Amino acid sequence: MKEGLSLVQRLSAHPDSRCWFVSWSPNGTLLASCGGDKTIRIWSQEGDSWICKSILEDGHQRTVRKVAWSPCGNYLASASFDATTCIWKKTNDGFENLTVLEGHENEVKCVAWAPSGNLLATCSRDKSVWVWEVDEEDEYECVTVVNSHTQDVKHVVWHPTQELLASASYDNNICIYKEDDDDWECRATLEGHTSTVWSLSFDGTGKKLASCSDDRTVKIWKDFSPEDGQGDLSWKCVCTLSGYHGRTIYDVSWCHLTGALATACGDDAVRVFKEDETADPEQPVFSLAAQVAKAHDQDVNCVTWNPKEAGLLASCSDNGEIAIWRFQEEN
Amino acid sequence: MEVVSNLVSFTLSKVFQLSGLDQNCNVLKTKRMEEKALEVYDVIRSIRDPEKPNTLEELEVVTEKCVEVQELGDEEYLIIIRFSPTVPHCSLATLIGLCLQVKLQRCLPFKHKLEIYISEGTHSTEEDINKQINDKERVAAAMENPNLREIVEQCVTEPDD
Repeated sequence: MKEGLSLVQRLSAHPDSRCWFVSWSPNGTLLASCGGDKTIRIWSQEGDSWICKSILEDGHQRTVRKVAWSPCGNYLASASFDATTCIWKKTNDGFENLTVLEGHENEVKCVAWAPSGNLLATCSRDKSVWVWEVDEEDEYECVTVVNSHTQDVKHVVWHPTQELLASASYDNNICIYKEDDDDWECRATLEGHTSTVWSLSFDGTGKKLASCSDDRTVKIWKDFSPEDGQGDLSWKCVCTLSGYHGRTIYDVSWCHLTGALATACGDDAVRVFKEDETADPEQPVFSLAAQVAKAHDQDVNCVTWNPKEAGLLASCSDNGEIAIWRFQEEN
Repeated sequence: MEVVSNLVSFTLSKVFQLSGLDQNCNVLKTKRMEEKALEVYDVIRSIRDPEKPNTLEELEVVTEKCVEVQELGDEEYLIIIRFSPTVPHCSLATLIGLCLQVKLQRCLPFKHKLEIYISEGTHSTEEDINKQINDKERVAAAMENPNLREIVEQCVTEPDD
């Protein structure tokens, strides 16, 4: 079987506006999308087709930039340009607005749920990263505000197994945070990109981190931190993928099932990279396994691997569309 | 010998023909890029300056030469605009950049990617402004700010719209 990306379905998800982000539920059966029309849409499969099951409206006054599922799959968090983060709870026939988290001074660019389910992180153009704690009564409280970036923070992502947080910024840097005595602090600053870092993705083990940037490269960073966990962390760039992307790379997604790396680019393409098995793990080598040059007819903003079904990939675009792809590996 | 020289002159004439064709192709291509550049200029020339009662063309903030068009592929073009703000004031330069983004996004009939820059040497914080103008997330968020949107709308709306 030939290696490649084939289209499963195209959805006109957010008509007349941008679709900014898509996210699979933890069990892989639902897809949440959000966009410039201020709504969140939930998609599920009925037979062979993906259809819209719910529309979450009236939660935000401006663009919804990102959505994130809680690890248990019962909650959805949404980050908006209206400076708030909404928490939605799944009900029998949809979602209800549980609470609104306020505090950021301007647009919230990202929200992410820690694997433990007890912590939430948000980041904003106000240059800060906020860490929130959730208790058993569904009460949210901000526990730390960290100001390690000097500009707009575009993305936050949690480590898959440790309580470690990473953020990407317009200041071209990546910060890694750890908790010390209830306070979150930046323990490593990863420099190297020459323009805005738009997104981050940890591999399944959490030992490697992929970043993508306006500088049209993807960088792979490896954890060289001392085993004792004391003091500062140490992450080094072990690989840079350049020459493949024609414009800004808006998103990168590392598949925890197969190790494949997918990218979403402003040149309208979706690309999949695979790590060469023969290369030295200290100096990984990635090669282009598949690409769809015109995955959408406008910028691709997001790309995300299904957490349960290997090879299933979702992407979304400035033209309001979502596309679902199947990445077939060579047999 | 004659066979060889015939073959040589035959080959040579083919080479001349082909390079002639090539030259024609390049001339056509340049002409097409110039036409596209004019189409783009026609859209931006009438944008009004945020402060003064003049168009960007009248104030020479944009000129025909400030538009560059490159072919990206199938009927898709890369447009690069280098504009010269009249005053060194940071926020006004960013505002003009925003107006250029918005008007072109709305009015250009052909598929394109856009890059907008302050022409070199006209501003002290060029790099900062260029980065902001070309960050589509920042542009989108700015346009959701009602006050900013109002100003931009006034600058980009044609009198007969």
